[in-house]
Amino acid sequence: MAKDLVEFRNLETHFKTSAGTVKAVNDVSFSIREGETLCVVGESGCGKSVTAMSLMQLIESPPGKIVGGEIMFEGKDLLKLSKKEMSRLRGNEIAMIFQEPMSSLNPVFTIGKQITEPLLYHLTMTQKEAKARAIELITMVGIPRPEKIFDSYPHELSGGMRQRIMIAIALSCNPKLLIADEPTTALDVTIQAQILDLMRDIKTKMNTAIMMITHDLGVVAEMADFVVVMYAGKVIEEAPVLELFREPRHPYTQGLLKAKPIINQRQERLYSIPGQVPNPVDLGENCHFHDRCEFCMEICKVKAPPLRAHIDGHKTACWLYEEEGKAQ
Amino acid sequence: MSESAVQVDTRHSGGTGEPLVQVENLKKYFPITGGVFQRRVGDVKAVDGVSFTINKGESFGLVGESGCGKSTIGRTLLRLNDKTDGSVHFEGQDLHKLSKSELRKMRTKMQIVFQDPFSSLNPRIKVGEAIGEALIDHGLVSRKDVKERVIETMKICGLADYHYDRFPHEFSGGQRQRIGIARALIMNPEFIVADEPVSALDVSIQAQIINLLSDLQSEKQLTYLFISHDLSVVEHLCNRVGVMYLGTMMEMAPTDELFSNPLHPYTKALMSAIPVPDPTLKRERIVLQGDIPSPANPPSGCKFHTRCPMASDICKEQVPEYRNVGNEHFVACHFA
Ligand SMILES: Nc1ncnc2c1ncn2[C@@H]1O[C@H](COP(=O)(O)OP(=O)(O)OP(=O)(O)O)[C@@H](O)[C@H]1O
Ligand SMILES: Nc1ncnc2c1ncn2[C@@H]1O[C@H](COP(=O)(O)OP(=O)(O)OP(=O)(O)O)[C@@H](O)[C@H]1O
Ligand code: SF4
Ligand SMILES: [Mg+2]
Ligand SMILES: [Mg+2]
Repeated sequence: MAKDLVEFRNLETHFKTSAGTVKAVNDVSFSIREGETLCVVGESGCGKSVTAMSLMQLIESPPGKIVGGEIMFEGKDLLKLSKKEMSRLRGNEIAMIFQEPMSSLNPVFTIGKQITEPLLYHLTMTQKEAKARAIELITMVGIPRPEKIFDSYPHELSGGMRQRIMIAIALSCNPKLLIADEPTTALDVTIQAQILDLMRDIKTKMNTAIMMITHDLGVVAEMADFVVVMYAGKVIEEAPVLELFREPRHPYTQGLLKAKPIINQRQERLYSIPGQVPNPVDLGENCHFHDRCEFCMEICKVKAPPLRAHIDGHKTACWLYEEEGKAQ
Repeated sequence: MSESAVQVDTRHSGGTGEPLVQVENLKKYFPITGGVFQRRVGDVKAVDGVSFTINKGESFGLVGESGCGKSTIGRTLLRLNDKTDGSVHFEGQDLHKLSKSELRKMRTKMQIVFQDPFSSLNPRIKVGEAIGEALIDHGLVSRKDVKERVIETMKICGLADYHYDRFPHEFSGGQRQRIGIARALIMNPEFIVADEPVSALDVSIQAQIINLLSDLQSEKQLTYLFISHDLSVVEHLCNRVGVMYLGTMMEMAPTDELFSNPLHPYTKALMSAIPVPDPTLKRERIVLQGDIPSPANPPSGCKFHTRCPMASDICKEQVPEYRNVGNEHFVACHFA
């Protein structure tokens, strides 16, 4: 098995809000191995983007703060690096495709300027080299008339084009770790397929590890080697992809897999997990899923289940699989 | 795909058959300027002569390549930007000919859920207030009753009352998307342009929103133009679907007909590229060759010919006729 490239160790990231502290990431641990594609899935608002932003150290502070844990990258704790060391890694060895392309592209600069900047800064190319490389990158992500696009502003591009510009920027410096937060949501399926192929390509050629956040279980099935499922700031299940789809163990994961509409198998109504995510401000010491869970037992309401491997490489945080739970 | 043709239609019939929105030969070009004097040197033909009708109570799906003009159609249809040519009728009235005050009145009946939820929200306004804003602007609800309406709407969109006083940046991507949906639904509109409304939602909440949209459609005869690249969602929700490529409608048919019998090679490629949620399955995809052509300088003949696996000489020379091949199934291809 490949070496760990990244290891989140008991990461805790909180936000101070007028209503109280939001424990957006609440004791999260998992690893990403070299050259591996790891997909993170989970309920909207469960802390996927905040986990990724914590690694990038782009959490807006205040109100946000990493209050505990370590994020190891090639053996060093990223949280201990100076601002300067971190910014040297960012966009170079670690690149990220952000969830909302419009808010991460600067509206007042041309696309060309935004793509060439990291090339000039990290790879110390000349203006001319950088422009040629930028045109090549724009073409690579499947956007026509690259010379025109180079001189365009973000608002002149469609949603999917902006998303692909973000992808081009992220790929420009051959990162060791690529974080992709919903990288293909604005893309139609043929371009999505093309982008996924591109990512697979750089993964095999450069041995890039990919942390991909997506809610599209079809994309997970195609891309992931390993899957992490989050719920209300915690990892509740993790397993190799085949294993997870064959035998999802946590009731939340089971619900997710049931809710996906599948082509040519239309149902009258789509299954959706009943109830609401709990208010992140007052999370108790219990299973955060308990009030939506059809298997909820007494212990679930009062004690948080540990994340534990009951099968090799497949971890679950649910009392159904613990002795204490079985006794009930 | 034809083995799945025998299937009961579980969606209700989809509308009264009475047209609500009629789009005729709609064109929207964006000028390209260049040179020292920033003269117009050409046009991006974002929407290039598109016609379709959406009946009252119907959900019309629009799919197609990124950049093919879907959002531009949605915006032009609501007159959020002006048109270059053609017409849009809403309830029989030519929208682009209405006066400002007539348009303002009409606005409450037509809503849009924007594709990029963040840029459509003012960062300094609490989301509860943002959701209720238009109700007050149009004098539909008094200031003191608005909060209750907002919270009720937030709840049906899967948001909670404690979200009312928060600011947009405090939300996750999917939560912001639901703010956009709440903002449109609260107006009790007759027609909604939903531009990728569920793309950032996890599947369970996506299912909840889709069930909600489909309930509103049957209970209130709500009509949708539903733009999405997720064909499984489109198949589930829409009564009819149009497939666009480079500013042009390539195929349009009732949903079942389109999915069981896609005729256009581009539609076939789209269908083959849908990722299936099963990691043990490895399917053959139709990979489209060649670069995506520029909408400023679209290919001659059939706009798809540069990437079409079936293209022959006639495709380069002649624009294929967009015709009805039966069962209300329209297609523009020389070989369909
Ligand atoms: N700046 C902030 N201030 C307060 N709360 C925040 C802030 N940013 C994020 N949060 C909260 O942290 C939680 C986790 O947010 P995050 O963006 O990580 O969710 P996510 O899993 O990426 O969801 P989605 O799938 O919808 O993108 C959410 O409850 C969100 O409201
Ligand atoms: N304000 C503008 N100025 C210039 N060109 C524009 C403008 N808005 C859109 N375009 C161009 O029009 C074309 C269609 O854009 P549109 O946003 O309608 O695509 P779309 O089908 O919604 O794509 P996506 O699926 O990526 O959202 C694109 O080529 C885009 O670059
Ligand atoms: S711990 Fe209990 S409440 Fe939580 S998922 Fe397992 S059975 Fe359900
Ligand atoms: Mg997110
Ligand atoms: Mg769009």
